[in-house]
Amino acid sequence: MEITASRTTRLLGFSVLAGAALLVFLAFVATDADVRIDANSGDEIGQFDAVRLIYVHVPVALIAYFAFFVTAVGSAMVLVKRSVWWDLVAGASAEIGALTAGLALVTGSIWGRPIWNTWWEWGDVRLLTMLVLFMLALGYLAVRKLEGTAEERAKRSAIVGLLLIVNVIIVNRSVEWWENDTLHQQSTIADATIEDLTLFTLFFSMVLGLAAYTWMLIHRFRLAWLERQDERFGLEDALKRRREEATQGGPT
Amino acid sequence: MFAEIVLIAAKDLRIEWRSRVSLNQVAPFAVLILVLFGFALDADRATLSNFTPGLYWVAILLASILAVHRSVGVEAGEGAREGLLLSGLRPASVFLGKTAALIVQLLVVAIALLGGVVLLYEASIEEPALLVVSLIGAVLGVGAAGTLYGAILGGQRARETVLPILLLPVLSPVLIGATRSFGAAMGTVAADGWAWTGALFGFAALYLALGVVSHGILMEEN
Amino acid sequence: MSVIELDNVVVLLGRFPALAGATLRVDAGEAVLLQGPNGAGKSTLLRLCAGLLRPERGSATVLGIDLSTNRQSIRPRIGYVGHLSMLYDDLTVAENIRFWGRAAGVSEAQQKAAIARLQIEERLLDVPVNRLSAGQRRRTAIAVAASRRPELWLLDEPHAGLDQSGRDIVDSLITDAAAAGGAVLVASHELDRVGPVVDRRVTIAGGMARDQEDPQHVR
Repeated sequence: MEITASRTTRLLGFSVLAGAALLVFLAFVATDADVRIDANSGDEIGQFDAVRLIYVHVPVALIAYFAFFVTAVGSAMVLVKRSVWWDLVAGASAEIGALTAGLALVTGSIWGRPIWNTWWEWGDVRLLTMLVLFMLALGYLAVRKLEGTAEERAKRSAIVGLLLIVNVIIVNRSVEWWENDTLHQQSTIADATIEDLTLFTLFFSMVLGLAAYTWMLIHRFRLAWLERQDERFGLEDALKRRREEATQGGPT
Repeated sequence: MFAEIVLIAAKDLRIEWRSRVSLNQVAPFAVLILVLFGFALDADRATLSNFTPGLYWVAILLASILAVHRSVGVEAGEGAREGLLLSGLRPASVFLGKTAALIVQLLVVAIALLGGVVLLYEASIEEPALLVVSLIGAVLGVGAAGTLYGAILGGQRARETVLPILLLPVLSPVLIGATRSFGAAMGTVAADGWAWTGALFGFAALYLALGVVSHGILMEEN
Repeated sequence: MSVIELDNVVVLLGRFPALAGATLRVDAGEAVLLQGPNGAGKSTLLRLCAGLLRPERGSATVLGIDLSTNRQSIRPRIGYVGHLSMLYDDLTVAENIRFWGRAAGVSEAQQKAAIARLQIEERLLDVPVNRLSAGQRRRTAIAVAASRRPELWLLDEPHAGLDQSGRDIVDSLITDAAAAGGAVLVASHELDRVGPVVDRRVTIAGGMARDQEDPQHVR
């Protein structure tokens, strides 16, 4: 039986798991909640425990953008080199990208509830860009599932994949301009004084996120590759069956 | 090349003139959306005239989905797509020709809808020049992007359901820009309408270029 | 000189191998009948030769051009008549012939000649295609192809739906094209009808075409 794991990916997978355990420790135990004393009133202010969400939110948002960057690179390679390999990479990366973009929206929303006092904030360009990215991603994945031969699908998806990045940039620019123009409430992240350990944890979470992305990408890619191989073997079979029609006097 | 573009555009417009799909179905659909907004917003005059630009452009975008379907459907029916391939026309000409025809049809719909908002929402037009130029810029962008994404889906059976989720997010910048420009032209918001109009033309130019470049790859079946 | 040369060609429609190793050669000045049961791969073979499909395996050369590299360039030199009419329903017969003529750079004289050749009645010219009968559509579709004066004719069941005079016209198109040094590949079930006007028969079954060893030379 074919499996998608190898010695390297197992090592990578275990490292990600161990890293995740370490991140949980860092995020919930080692680092402090964001609590400060207001100089004037003497009240406790800050983000309190909600700040711990950034150790998930920031890496998933980062991976979402990185994943679609990889999709764009893969799409370009499909068009330039007619490479099936890159088509599978682009597709695998987009699936992870859609997942992480969705997670980034959800975690952002959960964080926004206590901090901004709202689940959704129209005044934040990052939110809107991420939302449109998520929708464009769903469109891209829908296009990947359309009918056609492998080459046809690869070519079509590659064009949509390249356009996706172009569209994200256009949306980002226009939303930013729109917000400044509309005098929406501007997003303000309370300028927390980031401590060394908090900073390290954030940095660590991003590295871990990229490692997890790589791990998932490799597995998803190998799975897609096996599916493609299966189609190949399927072709030999189909050819054999097709040729047998000739001796049996046509299909029944 | 120019002759080819005119040939394709004239063909699509002639077909439209015969069948009147845009005129008799798409334009009424767009006006119907305005009426529905009127019901949904409790026919509150102040609200309606305040939000006229946004409601107008949402109606246009939804109507444009139908227009794109029709534009693609014309080729999908009796295998004309293959006829175009067999006749040796340049794919870029086909793209530009079909885009031009779609733009003309959308302009007709847009003008009908303009009458609709003036009548139904009592929209007042303070800056007609800005209104007209921004309308052209926005429709150019919708036409170019619509034709490109229509070609991506081609004769696919899933086209009807995939086109909206594919095209509408892409057109969201057009919605923002056109709404701002119209808001400025109608005096409902204080925005730099001309700057937004410039952005609309930029979007249109980008999508025309992208369509010209990619249509050759898309027209070939495999 | 060979106009079509296929060697063990595989063509996929989606994942289905419609052609599973087709070998065929058609020379200039030759009219060849492609015969075989439904679903044998006749239409796919014609579409491949028209440059509409990509060979997955094997080598395919048409009009001296390798189909896996540059099949765009041969298309305007081919007269392909398929199952779909490739006509615009809302345009009239004359408008369709004019549009497709201009698209392929065909002169008006050639368009008129094609209309005359197919004996399309004057009164039909201004009728929208969606009001035509199947046979009249077929005539119009063949007229579009004929106006290009193709070097290679690819006819898929060209007699289907045609009346007696239409069938005679198709037969004369086939013989005339071959006599003028062109090549014709015609797929048909009407073996008795087409048999006499072709030089040779090729049988296709299970996506495999094989030249008949003992060609029934009628002419």
